[in-house]
Amino acid sequence: MSAPDSTLTRRDFIRVTSLTGGGFLLSLALPTEGSAQAAAALDDTAKTFTPGPFIKITPQNIITILAKNPETGQGVRTSLPMIVAEELDADFSKVVVEQAALRNDVGAQFAGGSRSTPDNYLLLRRAGATARAMLIEAAAQTWNVRAAELTTDKGRVFHAATGRSLTYGELATKAATLPIPDEKNVRLKSEDEFRILGGRVGGVDNHAIVTGRPLFGIDQRLPGMVYAAYEKCPVYGGRVVSANLDRIKALPGVRDAFIIEGTDNLSGLLPGVAIVADSTWAAFSAKRQLKIAWDESVGAGHSSSDYAAQAAAAAQAGGKTVRQDGDVATGMAAGKVVEAAYSYPFLNHATLEPQGCTAWAKDGGIEFWTTSQTPGSGQELVATTLNIPKDKLKLNLVRAGGGFGRRLANDYMVEAAAIALRTNGAPVKLTWTREDDMRHDCYHRPGGFHYLKGAVDATGKISAWHNHFVTFGLKNTERPSSGATLSPDELPARFIPNFRLDQTILATMVPTGPLRAPGSNGLAFVMQSFIDELAHAAGRDPVEFRLDLLGPDRVVPPSTGQRGAPYDTSRMKGVVRLAAEKSGWGGRLPKGEGRGIAFHFSHSGYVAMVAEVAVARDGTLKVRRVTAAVDVGPIINLSGAENQIQGSIIDGLGMAWLQEMTFDRGRAVQSNFHDYPLLRSTETPAMSVNFIQSRNPPTGLGEPGYPVVPPAICNAIFTATGKRIRQLPFNKTDLSWS
Amino acid sequence: MPAYTLKVNGQSRPVNVAADTPLLWVLRDHLNLVGTKYGCGIGQCGSCTVHVNGVPVRSCQTPVSTVGGTEITTIEGLSPDGSHPLQQAWCDHDVPQCGYCQAGQIMTAAALLKNNPTPTDDEIDGALAGNLCRCGTYLRIRHAVKDAATAMQKGGHK
Repeated sequence: MSAPDSTLTRRDFIRVTSLTGGGFLLSLALPTEGSAQAAAALDDTAKTFTPGPFIKITPQNIITILAKNPETGQGVRTSLPMIVAEELDADFSKVVVEQAALRNDVGAQFAGGSRSTPDNYLLLRRAGATARAMLIEAAAQTWNVRAAELTTDKGRVFHAATGRSLTYGELATKAATLPIPDEKNVRLKSEDEFRILGGRVGGVDNHAIVTGRPLFGIDQRLPGMVYAAYEKCPVYGGRVVSANLDRIKALPGVRDAFIIEGTDNLSGLLPGVAIVADSTWAAFSAKRQLKIAWDESVGAGHSSSDYAAQAAAAAQAGGKTVRQDGDVATGMAAGKVVEAAYSYPFLNHATLEPQGCTAWAKDGGIEFWTTSQTPGSGQELVATTLNIPKDKLKLNLVRAGGGFGRRLANDYMVEAAAIALRTNGAPVKLTWTREDDMRHDCYHRPGGFHYLKGAVDATGKISAWHNHFVTFGLKNTERPSSGATLSPDELPARFIPNFRLDQTILATMVPTGPLRAPGSNGLAFVMQSFIDELAHAAGRDPVEFRLDLLGPDRVVPPSTGQRGAPYDTSRMKGVVRLAAEKSGWGGRLPKGEGRGIAFHFSHSGYVAMVAEVAVARDGTLKVRRVTAAVDVGPIINLSGAENQIQGSIIDGLGMAWLQEMTFDRGRAVQSNFHDYPLLRSTETPAMSVNFIQSRNPPTGLGEPGYPVVPPAICNAIFTATGKRIRQLPFNKTDLSWS
Repeated sequence: MPAYTLKVNGQSRPVNVAADTPLLWVLRDHLNLVGTKYGCGIGQCGSCTVHVNGVPVRSCQTPVSTVGGTEITTIEGLSPDGSHPLQQAWCDHDVPQCGYCQAGQIMTAAALLKNNPTPTDDEIDGALAGNLCRCGTYLRIRHAVKDAATAMQKGGHK
């Protein structure tokens, strides 16, 4: 980017005060609410302002930077403080990173939508640069020289002309007394001045992780703490009628057992039976002895086999047209027609740390130690469900053993709160069993069915595309449930003249929501596979065919009434070309071996991948190599960025190959990793991750890599075997060939 | 509750727990050694891996009543200060994403390197096939184990 974006013009969102005992304290004054309300709220905030520790520099030269957002494995506890340290010109290896609790002055604190980087990049840079400017001014006054003569590096201010230098610690107390410089007088670095950003920096918690220090939600321990388990109805939406509470309360180590009435909110406080015990094992053991009469009537009619039958019937009946461009019938008549039915299943987040939360009811409120990705929403949920004022709910944010969108919900938190209100003031740690976690994902990735018909004309271009999308709506057939929408702008819409999208919504009781790259994580498989079918039908090279589809370099705006991001074809073509080049695309491989390409744009990230597979005659698959090309603008932390893409490749391969949640009479069939497998180390392909660091604002990487993996693999399997995968997971498909 | 005396990381630790309590929960809830993680409870994920007499075991599948008189080593006891070559290599390669599985990965890898100081890539992947990583850090794990093996060869680490 040539000049930093200047849209962030909130007046004096930075405060500077002295630390007790001397030193420099830079605080932010950014209300949590969205930017629209932020400006109005700022004056009020200023009146009641209490300094928060965003950047702390002590006279002893200890520099502490607050990590504002929840860490779930996406690396923001490291990368966001790196951005501050860059503009501050601190030595990042010596910076102390402190995790923020839920506050009301550091702006939004959440981990979702790959938003942490784009939403915070400029804010964090301005905070760091302001502190640096004040430290320079303090040195200028100390030495009686002009600020322009001074430079900084690794936490020191230098005056080259006289060879003098002072540490930030030595300047901190004086700097804290200076006026905050005008935003326009605080120069941000140009990218070629970066010393930290773009480099490889290890995670700030790595040492604690490899030595087993307490870090995660499940590791929390408080004096006098008791341990809880919670049993909910296996049928989504079911209620407790009665339970053998007296027998449970008599079991060894059990302190209490009680029914929680709960609410109808499937991602809120579900009805169930709580057990409070002296240890996790006592609680888990007692849970197995529970005998509960459930009212299962609400969801018991729902089964995956019925869903498939309903989708097939809908395909015959036709859907409601939600987009129509040009003349699809004529486009079909003009070309070679391909028809195919695609489907993908419901998925579970399966974070390795099961859901859970520690809560302590005291002083008319509750203090939490939570792994939530949306702590503000969690606070709101507890406040409204249990009728406790928000300001009585204090949230400590602790490292999560994986998020992937699961912890955007706060069901475990409101459960812990409801239990904590009944433990006579003892703090309580709620831990879900793996079976609880697998059977009660309240944000399943919804399954979906796509009935596709397309044509390629004599020039080898797509002349028509017709998709009938059969999706799900929670308890209704009018609105798709969360994560179950297909934007009428989804590619190849807007890129071909004759296009039609129809939709049918099947009612479900299975709760759905965001899972890593929501929507995209199923749609990319369908679109990029069917585009591949059309490329082969046209007898064209799949890379060339895609570049041709993307067309000339331009930015394609969202259609009228659609909210999607503009689509930059040159950035997408750039990653397609790079993935092809780095993978050795074009060379001939023997039968049973093949490469496949796919691309997808989501979460502001442009990603293309080429997979290379070998399929033995008996159908045994080996994914040899996945080559990724990624354009998310400048990279903040190269090590973390590569890790996210490598992880997305493993995750995407495991999802496409192995994973499926099914439902029988309203309940989840799968219960643990034996029937919902994750990819294992022996299936790890070689991976090549290549970034195009274009001059665009940096965007996030937790999500955009994941959707591209399944179609790249499936397209490679087709090249190797001639077998087209149209249903995930593909372990259902016999890949043998002769 | 029956009384047991466990030898964990070189120290004698008395506990009073039900005989069927898995070693995992004794470590976590009773001995406050929370580096060993609960992931599945059925021996599928390997997050709970510890050494019993030097052999990697799934502590979620190991009742406390079966480990009396054994030497138990957890991630906290692998080295006094996080200086085991595997711990070092894990940091050098920036292996963790969420980090939840990594203690189990390291404990399995430590046992591998004791028996096979110079494992091939396939041997590493095979030995670690019982340890799931939800974030997908397998490639970095493989590289870190390789580096640690080399460091241990050079340094004469036991």
